[in-house]
Amino acid sequence: MAALTAFRGLPLPLWARFGSMASLWTRQVRGLSQLPQPNELGGQTCRNETSGLKERIANRREAALLGGGVKRIEAQHAKGKLTARERLNVLLDHGSFLEFDAFVEHRCSDFNMDQTKIPGDSVVTGRGQINGRTVFVFSQDFTVFGGSLSGVHAQKICKNTSYLFITGPDVVKSVTNEKVTQEELGGAQTHTAISGVAHRAFDSDIDALLHLRHFMDFLPQSNREAAPVRDYHDPSDKLIPALDHIVPLESTKAYDMLDIIHAIVDEGDFFEIMPNYAKNIVVGFCRMAGRTVGIVGNQPKVASGCLDINASIKGARFVRFCDAFNIPLLTFVDVPGFLPGTNQEYSGIIRHGAKLLFAFAEATVPKITVITRKAYGGAYDVMSSKHLRGDMNYAWPTAEVAVMGAKGAVQIIFRGKEDQLAAEEEYVQKFANPFPAASRGFVDDIISPSETRRRACADLEILKRKLQHNPWKKHANIPL
Amino acid sequence: MAAARFRLSSYLWPFTWRRTCTWRRHTWRALSSNPSVKVEKDDGGLGRPFDKVLVANRGEIACRVIRTCRRLGISSVAVFSSADTAAPHREQADESWEIGPAPSSESYLRADKIVQVAKESGSQAVHPGYGFLSENANFASMVEAEGLSFIGPPVPAIRAMGDKVESKSIARAAGVNTIPGFDGVVPDADEAVCIARDVGYPVMIKASAGGGGKGMRVARNDAEVHEGFRMSEQEAASSFGDCRLLVEKFIDCPRHIEMQVLADRHGNAVWLNERECSVQRRNQKVIEEAPSPFLDPETRHAMGKQAVQLALAVGYVSAGTVEFLVDSQSQFYFLEMNTRLQVEHPVTECITGLDLVAEMLWIAAGHQLAIKQENVPLHGWAVESRVYAEDPYKAFGMPSVGRLSRYREPVEVPGVRVDSGVREGSEVSIYYDPMISKLVTWGETRAEALISMLHALDSYVIRGVTHNVSLLREVIASERFASGQLSTAFLAEEYPDGFHGHHLTVEESEELVAVAAALEASFLRRARTIKSQGRPSLPMSFEPIELWVHLGDSKYEVKVTVKDEKTHVVAIGDHEVEVFGQIDLSSSLLSLEVARIKRLIQPLCRDGTGRLTLQFLGTAYELRVLSPAVARLLPLMPEPLTVDLSRQLLSPMPGTVVSFAVAVGDNVVSGQEVCVIEAMKMQNSLVSTRSGKVKTVNFKPGSTVGEGDLLVEIE
Repeated sequence: MAALTAFRGLPLPLWARFGSMASLWTRQVRGLSQLPQPNELGGQTCRNETSGLKERIANRREAALLGGGVKRIEAQHAKGKLTARERLNVLLDHGSFLEFDAFVEHRCSDFNMDQTKIPGDSVVTGRGQINGRTVFVFSQDFTVFGGSLSGVHAQKICKNTSYLFITGPDVVKSVTNEKVTQEELGGAQTHTAISGVAHRAFDSDIDALLHLRHFMDFLPQSNREAAPVRDYHDPSDKLIPALDHIVPLESTKAYDMLDIIHAIVDEGDFFEIMPNYAKNIVVGFCRMAGRTVGIVGNQPKVASGCLDINASIKGARFVRFCDAFNIPLLTFVDVPGFLPGTNQEYSGIIRHGAKLLFAFAEATVPKITVITRKAYGGAYDVMSSKHLRGDMNYAWPTAEVAVMGAKGAVQIIFRGKEDQLAAEEEYVQKFANPFPAASRGFVDDIISPSETRRRACADLEILKRKLQHNPWKKHANIPL
Repeated sequence: MAAARFRLSSYLWPFTWRRTCTWRRHTWRALSSNPSVKVEKDDGGLGRPFDKVLVANRGEIACRVIRTCRRLGISSVAVFSSADTAAPHREQADESWEIGPAPSSESYLRADKIVQVAKESGSQAVHPGYGFLSENANFASMVEAEGLSFIGPPVPAIRAMGDKVESKSIARAAGVNTIPGFDGVVPDADEAVCIARDVGYPVMIKASAGGGGKGMRVARNDAEVHEGFRMSEQEAASSFGDCRLLVEKFIDCPRHIEMQVLADRHGNAVWLNERECSVQRRNQKVIEEAPSPFLDPETRHAMGKQAVQLALAVGYVSAGTVEFLVDSQSQFYFLEMNTRLQVEHPVTECITGLDLVAEMLWIAAGHQLAIKQENVPLHGWAVESRVYAEDPYKAFGMPSVGRLSRYREPVEVPGVRVDSGVREGSEVSIYYDPMISKLVTWGETRAEALISMLHALDSYVIRGVTHNVSLLREVIASERFASGQLSTAFLAEEYPDGFHGHHLTVEESEELVAVAAALEASFLRRARTIKSQGRPSLPMSFEPIELWVHLGDSKYEVKVTVKDEKTHVVAIGDHEVEVFGQIDLSSSLLSLEVARIKRLIQPLCRDGTGRLTLQFLGTAYELRVLSPAVARLLPLMPEPLTVDLSRQLLSPMPGTVVSFAVAVGDNVVSGQEVCVIEAMKMQNSLVSTRSGKVKTVNFKPGSTVGEGDLLVEIE
C-alpha cells in the first residue's frame, strides 16, 4: 500500500492536467505521422523563443501521453494489458490525475539506449483521487518484473498475464534440474494459493484496478488517521435471526464462517484478502456502521478451522496491517487447536503460531472477539483472547472454551478407565459451554448470535476513542 | 356414535393473512349463521378431537398440521432427522423426537421408529402429511395395531387406490368415467394390437405399477403398438418387478383437474370443488388453482358427484383427492385417487373457508362431517405457486442446495398465504424435497389473485439458493395462462427450447438500465462521503454522472442527473427515464417508480467494481455499470479462459452418486449414460457429450458430490 504514496524528487516542478481517455483516443486516430517523433524532441536548449517554446511544450506533452508510441501501446493491448496511463485512468476518478515529471527522460547511453528516448521514461507519476480522496501514484508502462515492483502490483496480479519469480524457469532448470513452466513457477494460481506472495488474482487489468479502487475505500489516508467512516444504510442495531441457527448442534459438523461474516457486516460487503491461501483462516475488510473493520475468522469448513503455519502467518500479517492503519479488529473464533504433525512441528509451528499471538497482543486498535463454537487450548489464547488485551470478548451459547474437546480430554484424563461415555457426558456438562470462561471473566458476556451486529456496532462506537500505547522501543521483536 | 360437533372455530383461518383478508370473516359469519350446520357438543366440552397428535413428516406440511393442532388445543409431537435439528417444524411442535440420520430411508421412512415415538410420547393419533409414509398401507396398519388413530383413510382404501389397475376397476364399477382401455396382463404384442384397435388410436401404453407418466409411450398405429409393447414390458419387469400393462386411449391436450373430497366414518361424503393443476414439469405440479378456469358448473357437479361415488364405493374416510384428465370437450376421465392430504390443498381451503387438516382430525376422531354438500362455498379464486430451490433454466427445475442467507416472505401483500417450513438461515439440503414454500394468493376474481401473485413473487426475498421464482412469474404473467388455456404440456409448448428467463422488451430493458444507473450513481455519491479524521472527501458535484451500462450484449450510454434524494433522471439516448423512490443501498427489495410504473426490484449482488445483478420481473439480470473511460478500455481485456468441458462430466447438482455405468478404460459414445446422481427424490442420468475412452472416474457409488464436481473425465 505504501507504494501508492511513493513519488520521487521532482527535478522539474511541472505538473499537468491529464486529459480524458477520449482525447487520447482521437489523438491516436489522427495517426502517428503527424506527431513529432520522441527523439526529435530531446536534447535541444531553448531560452527565449516563447512562441516556439509553447508549441514545443505542447508537442512534447502530447508525445509523453503516448508513452512509447502507438506501436508500443498496441503491443501492450495485444497482450491484453493496459498502458501505464490507461491503468491510471481506470484506477482514478475521472479527470482527477495530475502528472509529475512528464518531461523526464532516461540518461542511459549504453547499448544505443540514447537512440530510443521516451518522454516520461515509461513511468507515469502524479497524484489523483479515488472517490474524492487524494492518492499519489506511479505506474509503469512495461511490466518488467525485475524486483522494482511496487507492493501494490506485487499483491494484486492478473491471471494468465502476470508472472513473479526471483529466478525464472531457465535458471531453475540449470541449478536444480527442475522442469517448471512460468505459470507453475510464478503464475497467479501459484502465488495466490501456494506461496502466499500475491493476495488476490483477477481476470484482467481492469478487474484488478477496479477492485483496487474498492479496496482503497477501506483504508485511511495514512497511518496517522483513524479508520475511515462512510455513510451507511444498513441499520447498526439490526437483529439477524438467521445466525441463531447457523452453528450446527453437532460439534463435528462444519459451517461456513463467511455466512456469519456476510450476515453481520454492512450490506454483506466483505473484501476478502488471500481468499485462496490458507483457507482455514478468513481475513478481510468490511464496514460496521460505516467504519472500516478488519475481520479475522477461523473457517470450520476447511481443515476444521485449525491453525497451521500458513494460517498463522496470514492472520498475523493481516492483524499487523490493521493495527498499522488504525483499523479495529473483529475476530470470530471456532478453533479446535493447532494442526498436529511432524511437518508442522519441524517447520516451526511454535515460532509461526507465536506471530499471530504477538500480532494480536501488540495491536492497540479496538479488539472485539466473538467465540462462535470451539475455543480450545493454545489456539483459543492466540485468537484475540481476553488475555491478549481483548476489549470485548463475547461467547455465543454454542461456545466451548476448554483445553480440548470432550472426547480427547476424557481419553487422557480417564485413560484405561471404563465408562468413558459417562465421563465424556460429565465433561460436556462441565466444560463444553460458555460458563467456565464467563465465570472467570474470560468472556465479557454470553450473547445470542442474532444480536452480534448490534453489540459489535455499539462497542465500536464506544471504542473509537480507544487510546493505548505500547512501551517505547525501537521496534517490536516479533518472532520472525 | 358421535354426531356433528361444535367446531365453528375451525372455519377461521389462523394465518397471518386473516388480518388482511376480510372476506374470510364474512364467510365465517355466513357459515356460523347457517342453520344447516348443526351445533352440538359431544366431546365433553373439550372442543378438540385429540389431546396429542404425532406429525410424521417434516418441512412445510409438518408446520401446517402443527398449526391446526395448536389452534384446536392439541399437543403436537414432531419427529426429526439429524439434518433437521434446527428445523422450524421441530420448534413449533410442543415436543420433538429425533428418529435417525439425515437420509429419509433411515428417518422419516422408518415406520417402526415413528410408531414407537407415537407410543412413547403418548400420542393418540398420527398425521402422516404427504409424501414419506402418507400412502403406505403398512404404516397405517402398524399405527392402528398399536391402538392409535391414523389420520387418513382406512388401510383397505389405501391399498385399493394405490394400485392403478384395481383403482380403475373399482372406479368403473362405481360409475366413474374411466379412460377406455385395457388393464391387466397383456400376453403378447398381437393381443396388444387388438386391444389398441378396440380402444381406438391414439393409445398410450405403460406399466401398471409405474407412477405418473413414467414409462409412458404413445402409439398411433399397429407398428407403434408393437414397439411400445416391447419396451413397456421390459421396463415393467425390470423397474417394478410387475409385468402388468395398461393400454388406454391417449387424450390430446389434456388438463389435470382434481376433485377434493371429504368423507367420514358414517357414510357421509362431500366434494369441495376442483383444483386445476395442469402446469406441470416432469409430472410434478408447479402451479395450481381453484377453481379451474375451464370447468362449467355442470361438469364440476358431475365430476364432484363421481368423486364422491368413488369415495363411498371404496369405503373412503378422511380427505382425499380424485384426479381426472379432462379433454378439450370437457370429457373427464378418472386418473387416480390420492389417499392423502395434497400439497395443493390450501387453494381449496381458500375458496371454501375450510381447514382441511382440522376436518381430517375431527373425522379421525369419529365425528360426522359438519358441512353438507349444498353448503360448500366456492368463493373467489386462489392460486398456488410452488416455490422450489431449483434452477428453472435446467429442464424447468434442477435441485439446488444452500443456506437461505436472506429470506422474507411477502406476507404483507394483501390476500397472500405462505405455507413454508423454512426461515432465514435454514439449510436446503440434498436429503429432502427442495420445496421452499407454497405461495398462495386469493382474490375475488382470478385476475385479482394473479395480480397479487405477481406482486407477491416480486416481493419474495430468497437469497442463498437458486430458486424458480423466474419461471413461476413468467407463467403467471403469460397471456396464455391468464386466458386459462392450460394443458399438461403447457411448459413444453410455451418453452420448447427450455426456459431462459423473462425476455425484456425495449422499454423494460431501458427501465432496468435506468435503475442500474441510478443505483450506481447512488453508490458513487455515497462513496464520496468517506470521512477521515472527521473530514469528508471532496463532495461530488451535482453535475450529471456519465455511465455506460452493459446489459447482455447491449451497451447503453447514459447520463444520470440527481434531482433530489429520491429522483434520478436517467438520459438514455434521446429520451429520459425517471427513477423515483428512496434508494436504500442495504435493502434487498427496492420499490421504485420507473418511467411512472411501480416496479419491485431486488438487488441480488454488487461487487464494488460495477458488476450488479438485479432481479427484475422475476428474472435475475447481470449488468455492468462503468465510467465511460473504463468502458472504452474494456474491449481490450482478454476474454476469461473457457475450459473445454465436453471431456469432463461435471455433476449438475449436489447429490449422491447412485452408480457409474463406466469404468476407467471403457470406451463411451456421445449420449451414453455414464453416471446416475440422486438428488432430493430424483435420479438423474448423466450422459457423455462426446465419444472417447474414460480417463478417470472420481467418485464411488454412495459418495456425496457437490455441484460442479468432476465425476468422469474422457480422454
